[in-house]
Amino acid sequence: MTDDMIVHGVEWTVKELFVYPNEFIYWAIQIVMYPFVTGLVAGAFVLSSLYHVFGQKDLKDIAQFSLVFSLALLPVAMVPLLLHLQQPLRGIEPLLTPHFTSAIAAFGIVITVYGLIVMAEIWFVYREYFVAQIQELKNQPGLLSFLRRSVYRVLTIGASDVSDAAIHADKKAATIMAAVGIPTACFLHGYAGFIFGSVKANALWMSPLMPVIFILSAVVSGIALCMLTYIVIKEWQAFWRRRGGSSLEAAEIKGAEMTIITKASKFLLAFLVVAIALELLDLIFRGYTAMKSWDILRSVMYGKDFINIFVLQYTLGNIVPVALLLLPGRTLRRTVLALVLILFGVFMMRWNVVIGGQAFSLSFSGYMHYELPIIPHDLATFKEGLFGALTVMALPFIIFWILNKFVPSLARDAEGS
Amino acid sequence: MTCSRRDFLKEAAGTAAASALPLSAFVLLSPEEARAAVADSKARYAFLIDTNKCIGCGLCVKACKIENEVPYDAPVTRNWVERYIITKDGKVHIDSPMGGRDGFLDNNMYGEEIDPEDIAKTFFVPKGCNHCDNPPCVQVCPVGATYQTNEGVVLIDRDWCMGCAYCIMACPFGARFFHPVHKVADKCTFCYHRIKKGLLPACVQACAFGARRIANLKDLDDPATKVIMTERVAVLKDLYGTKPHAFYLGLDHDVR
Repeated sequence: MTDDMIVHGVEWTVKELFVYPNEFIYWAIQIVMYPFVTGLVAGAFVLSSLYHVFGQKDLKDIAQFSLVFSLALLPVAMVPLLLHLQQPLRGIEPLLTPHFTSAIAAFGIVITVYGLIVMAEIWFVYREYFVAQIQELKNQPGLLSFLRRSVYRVLTIGASDVSDAAIHADKKAATIMAAVGIPTACFLHGYAGFIFGSVKANALWMSPLMPVIFILSAVVSGIALCMLTYIVIKEWQAFWRRRGGSSLEAAEIKGAEMTIITKASKFLLAFLVVAIALELLDLIFRGYTAMKSWDILRSVMYGKDFINIFVLQYTLGNIVPVALLLLPGRTLRRTVLALVLILFGVFMMRWNVVIGGQAFSLSFSGYMHYELPIIPHDLATFKEGLFGALTVMALPFIIFWILNKFVPSLARDAEGS
Repeated sequence: MTCSRRDFLKEAAGTAAASALPLSAFVLLSPEEARAAVADSKARYAFLIDTNKCIGCGLCVKACKIENEVPYDAPVTRNWVERYIITKDGKVHIDSPMGGRDGFLDNNMYGEEIDPEDIAKTFFVPKGCNHCDNPPCVQVCPVGATYQTNEGVVLIDRDWCMGCAYCIMACPFGARFFHPVHKVADKCTFCYHRIKKGLLPACVQACAFGARRIANLKDLDDPATKVIMTERVAVLKDLYGTKPHAFYLGLDHDVR
């Protein structure tokens, strides 16, 4: 096959029976990653807001971390889209010539507004810490502390007032930002659902429930990832401290964790149950109304994608973790397993929507199978393959690691109180 | 000269906002271009497709690929021909190998040989972009790279399309694909470069049987328009509300 003939989608699409000649799986793994990562952003923010807005005091520790983690996830939400674009260098165009009848056109605006809100909230939460750092690093010698101090000086944007009144104003502003952020986060993700739900050509996607389902599963996945990352980091720290000899502190850390985890689990379960209920409602409604598309949808859901939908998503990704979290005598290890399964379940939900929506032809007379490229042999099979997806998944952790150098979200006294 | 912090911030914000407006967003139009862009056109083009006349030779597909430089052997095409075989047991068999480019030479469908004795009816359906009046592809393009001319022709700006595939997903007819060379969305242009010069679209010209025709719906003396006005024509997938402008004669209910 010459270069001329490499048609986007041919490499990973296998057609069965009658499929229109131009139909391929155009939206592949990166479009699975996009709502997955955006969902994590929104969910992480909602978790942090539970403390900042709704006063869930015992969530303070994890809320602080979630807020910064949400910022680390935010730029990564754009990466799958850029990797997916055929002309990535034109990725700025939705900001230059937004065409507002398109759901995607709002992406640049929504993600910018949301990013500003998250950054503003972090700034208000950490400003006092920034000022303290400038004072602390003042007399320390060395280029590194000079550089760090310079960074903090920039971060304060000249606002170095740490009087009680100023700190009080900061707290108030942070709460307002968190409150404004919740609808924005929901919009950011709900509209990702709208992108799919409004495609009237696609029988599986077209549903007004899609944005709501997306928001709920977003919150579920965001809370789950924050809890998981939080547990792993805290346990890692405790492990090293224990090796260092101060066993008392380690025990204390562990005790603090369990209450937070229990509380967060409750919110997680509540959102998960509503998400599953809505998804089932959607499924039952389609079966009951049995429109023209139902024949092919049924053959995909109950036949070709049965394992993906009912075994991997609903059973392994939903029912098993709910049982793991609800059964008495829960341990940290069991919680971790449940969280991993929940994340997997939400990922499979994204997969079953994006890939499942392209598993059948628009002619309702044939099928398309998706074969995820594993070993890349060119740029397209890397970007739209397993390694492209893993790259996207690794980025937030790298960004968080860097961010956390300057805004220590895991330190107990991060807020200086 | 003094400059308070407030003034400085005000000026800075203004400068930032002004410089954020890209110069490329502005285009100077000649008076003719401006008139053409807003004036009502004298034409509204549509396809008239007579499925009774199509013999499935694939010449329209060949002509389109050559005329519009869609790589000949790539498995994508701006127009195509579908073959329908409905057997006596009521089963509908459909295929369109290479978009029907090379015709249909045997009764083999997906490895199943269909006995001519079992066939109840069989026919061909030429397809392509329907140049809808309410095109979902234009609606969903996030950057406005695909648009509708005032003659109803839906076109794509190759220099502005960023290749997100949203339009491909939004088209219920499967008319769109990624061009293998240009790496942007591609579809039938109604041979805009030809019809603007008074020529026929390549597929219409190549069809020896008059199965594919072009109509100017605003010209009531146009013979194809007369057929659309006076005979019973149907469109594909009316349900989606896209108001397709490819009108079919002899469309069967089994056509997808």
